[in-house]
Amino acid sequence: MDIDTMDVEQIRKDVDEICKPWEGRPGNLIMILHEIQNRYSYVPRRISFEVAKHLSIPLARIYEVITFYNYFKLTPPGKHIVSVCMGTACYLKGAPTLVEAMGNHLGIKPGETTPDKNFYLQVVRCLGCCGLAPVITVGQKVYSGVKPEQVPAILAEYK
Amino acid sequence: MVKAIINSIPVEVAENTTILDAASTVGVKIPNLCKHPDLRASAACGLCVVKVKGSPKMPRACCTPVQEGMDIITHDAEIVSVRKTVVELMLSAHPNECTVCGRNANCEFRRTLSDFGIREEIFDKISPQLPIDATTGVIVLDPSKCIKCGRCVVVCQEVQNVWALSFLERGIKTRISPAGDINLADSPCVRCGQCSAHCPTGAIIEKDDTDKVWAALQNPKKHCVVQIAPAVRVTLGEHFGFEPGTNLSKKIYTALRRMGFKAVFDTNFGADLTIMEEASEFVERFVHGKSALPLITTCCPSWVDFMEKFHPDMIEHFSSAKSPHEMLGVMAKTYYAGKKGFSASDVEVVSIMPCTAKKYETHRSKEMNASGYQDVDTVLTTRELSRMIRQAGIDFANLPDEECDHILGEYTGAGTIFGATGGVMEAALRTAAYFVTKENLPKVDFENVRGLKGVKETTVTIAGKEIRIAVAHGLANVEYVINKIREAKKAGAPLPYHFVEVMACPGGCIAGGGQPYGVTDELRAKRAKGLYAEDQGLPRRCSHDNPYIQQLYKEFLDKPLSDKSHHLLHTTYTARPLYQR
Repeated sequence: MDIDTMDVEQIRKDVDEICKPWEGRPGNLIMILHEIQNRYSYVPRRISFEVAKHLSIPLARIYEVITFYNYFKLTPPGKHIVSVCMGTACYLKGAPTLVEAMGNHLGIKPGETTPDKNFYLQVVRCLGCCGLAPVITVGQKVYSGVKPEQVPAILAEYK
Repeated sequence: MVKAIINSIPVEVAENTTILDAASTVGVKIPNLCKHPDLRASAACGLCVVKVKGSPKMPRACCTPVQEGMDIITHDAEIVSVRKTVVELMLSAHPNECTVCGRNANCEFRRTLSDFGIREEIFDKISPQLPIDATTGVIVLDPSKCIKCGRCVVVCQEVQNVWALSFLERGIKTRISPAGDINLADSPCVRCGQCSAHCPTGAIIEKDDTDKVWAALQNPKKHCVVQIAPAVRVTLGEHFGFEPGTNLSKKIYTALRRMGFKAVFDTNFGADLTIMEEASEFVERFVHGKSALPLITTCCPSWVDFMEKFHPDMIEHFSSAKSPHEMLGVMAKTYYAGKKGFSASDVEVVSIMPCTAKKYETHRSKEMNASGYQDVDTVLTTRELSRMIRQAGIDFANLPDEECDHILGEYTGAGTIFGATGGVMEAALRTAAYFVTKENLPKVDFENVRGLKGVKETTVTIAGKEIRIAVAHGLANVEYVINKIREAKKAGAPLPYHFVEVMACPGGCIAGGGQPYGVTDELRAKRAKGLYAEDQGLPRRCSHDNPYIQQLYKEFLDKPLSDKSHHLLHTTYTARPLYQR
């Protein structure tokens, strides 16, 4: 869905729906931002404006939280999110070379989206399966023991 | 009270006093770059670390309360060495542009580097290249020079409740910015400049317009006139070694004349004129029931901007009277120009203001061009004027006193107190009482509206009628007053107030965003005292007694709220979005 062309009433309805379960609960902003990112794949500015109104908090407070945590995205990521684990085990097993291979193959840096909006590349800290190191995920699919030369074939699955 | 020992010196302080404050009572100065007396401690800079005997940690003095029996060491070789490292790390993220920085003469960070005798850069430079934001036209934000002390963010969010500035990102990427990396001009910024007045470095400074004024002064086609705001006369001296609060208006007139201004006017005259219009407006509303009460003052352009963005439902309560310097500007280009045989375009008006937002006010709406041209051409802050005086080679401290020029210079005590919180209210009440009763009050002092309390509520009785008033300063204090009005209106209850004064900066214009650095409440009190002392000593203390104001109405404006007055001296307000993007 394209947020820029979304009807303002629809945005308000979405925000009401997302905020409702967290109404009046301390620390609710971060949970609400999680829900927003789950729904839209990033935190769109138009949504943030409505959240600020809904919670009666300044927009600046929302942006302080969004930018403090790496997890939250301010721009739409590509269709497929490629996460390269740089946790200790993966790091030692060669994750930096995977980041490099991914970047070279896609022509982007971590935190960026390919011009065709197909891939978003990010670096994450520990996916929780160190025995499979080095690990990458594309969307929900996990690839274990990945070597740099496998990168083109893996990405080709998502063309 | 708690007893403790600091560097072997016994101290006794009230409970919850910080180590930093306790140390200052026994002549011990602990260095710091983030704690400002106006603001809560944010413990950001890490310079004020001390040792407490029996504890393995080095707590920060700015946010650690003294406890009974504490034995504190504030300075030893190890502590100084830790502090030095902190300073060196800050330097590694700070550009070496001191020679061309707007704060090079009074930068707190540079002074700290000097105090610690930093002679080389030990750490690799990582200063980020972040874009300069001058979009507001009044302040310049250069985030590369930011040392992340957080003062601007705290003052913008907590003291002013504007939330234009915030800290984005974290760690080494931390930077000050409006939400979402937009320009300040597109943010809720109300241009009060309190961020620039509290910044320890050159990361936020006023936009310098001195070149524009020098050019105008050298332009033979221009008849350059100048006016000084009420609050400037009691603060400029701080730049030239005078005691804070010393009233130096007559030396300032001399200096301005020597700089080449053809006529030196006083915004206090404009303040008297504002009172004539605003007090008439109040009487119209209060006595004759024309349009809504309470009446809210509008001399402060940051407050106007704040209201237009945050409280547009209050627009009907706003006085339509322009601020004093705008009134004087349009009078200079019409009434004065006419008397001198000039056209409005021949006259260049410069305003010396305590304020950064006044730079914006000159073009905030089409009514600011009532003369057919922009009524005030340039606004300089107190800080800019002090630089121009030095550039002109004027030995300010040893100047003789001179008088200002007529016909826009004579003023009353009511005009001069405009510079302090409560002053506009007090001045308006003096004249409103006269308009209602046709005689001056036996006592024109309204002590209840003076002083630094955030919200001052009181009642005064004029001609047997009770007037409920509120005076707020520091924009965070406005919320309480506005909410009370809003709730009463909603419930159809009696109005909590008839007359409200708001000034955006804590203390009013005497501590405006363009004033000399280092303001504290103690300094605010001294500056305000200078204004009230002048008021006390003047032969005329009510605006309507100003003979030149009387002459102006007789010869030119007819009477307050006349058609001509409305055209030249009044303005309109409009709701504005918080964010343009």
